[in-house]
Amino acid sequence: MMELDDIDRALLRALALDATQSAGALGRDLGLSQPATWRRIKRLKDSGVIAGHRLQIDAEAVGFGVTVFLGVKLATKGRVSLEDFERAVTAIPEVQTVEHVLGLYDYRLRVVARDLPDFERVLRRRIMTLPGAGDVEANVLLSEERLTGPIG
Amino acid sequence: MLDDLDRRILRQWQADPTLSPAELAERCGMTPARVQRRQMRLMDTGAVKGVRAVIDWQALGYSVEVSLRVTLDKTVAAAFDEFMNAAREVPEVVEIQTFLGRVDVRLSVIAQDMGHYQRVYRTRVLTLPHIADIEPLMHVARIKADERLPI
Repeated sequence: MMELDDIDRALLRALALDATQSAGALGRDLGLSQPATWRRIKRLKDSGVIAGHRLQIDAEAVGFGVTVFLGVKLATKGRVSLEDFERAVTAIPEVQTVEHVLGLYDYRLRVVARDLPDFERVLRRRIMTLPGAGDVEANVLLSEERLTGPIG
Repeated sequence: MLDDLDRRILRQWQADPTLSPAELAERCGMTPARVQRRQMRLMDTGAVKGVRAVIDWQALGYSVEVSLRVTLDKTVAAAFDEFMNAAREVPEVVEIQTFLGRVDVRLSVIAQDMGHYQRVYRTRVLTLPHIADIEPLMHVARIKADERLPI
């Protein structure tokens, strides 16, 4: 586990908001030299604290007007293989994220669609037909905020 | 509206947001100048909002992640706003989503261990205003997380 100091936290916070900033520009804001900033960013990446980068696309602007979160319960636990379900659900292009959870549901899926009829098609043809899929609960996403959490 | 070239660029760009315009151009079979012009336009029109670094909280010692599905007391007019404002002040809350459906709001809460989670839950979450019901989903594993759009 990596221990962060205040400068690491400030860097991480800045990169979580905008990762296109150069080491030089970030360093200037924090009173660090460009090479020192670069070394710190490299350490955050090498240690896995920065797990990757995500292009922030406005889903609606590129034609995906609906995002739905599905809670899925497996129908016949024990008889159906989790691996089979996970492999099949991961392969669906409209499914953006798959999380294995404990509680009321077994899996939580983030699904995008062009509109509600398109969502219904994905739900009927792709989700309901998954091996082992049982109860499904749908909640339509209205708004979403990502916070910088404990480093904020 | 997007045309085929925009879609081609977006597909490659979201697969690896750290690509330089030259590398992206090569993957798209276009000239770097043309790709860069298109990238600028996608940013200007708001279709692309930027690039973010993804933080792995587990690598920072936050091994517990819980999804809290919250139903609010809708008899109070300002319930949503007051709840959201208060939730934003809790450092362990890393995501807030609102929904149309059985769930009103979902909070993603992280903690170092179960003891820490219990403290956060009791002192910071249960004290949030206007909660009618709360239901936790404990996070076990992330099977797919790239959040790519099927463009």
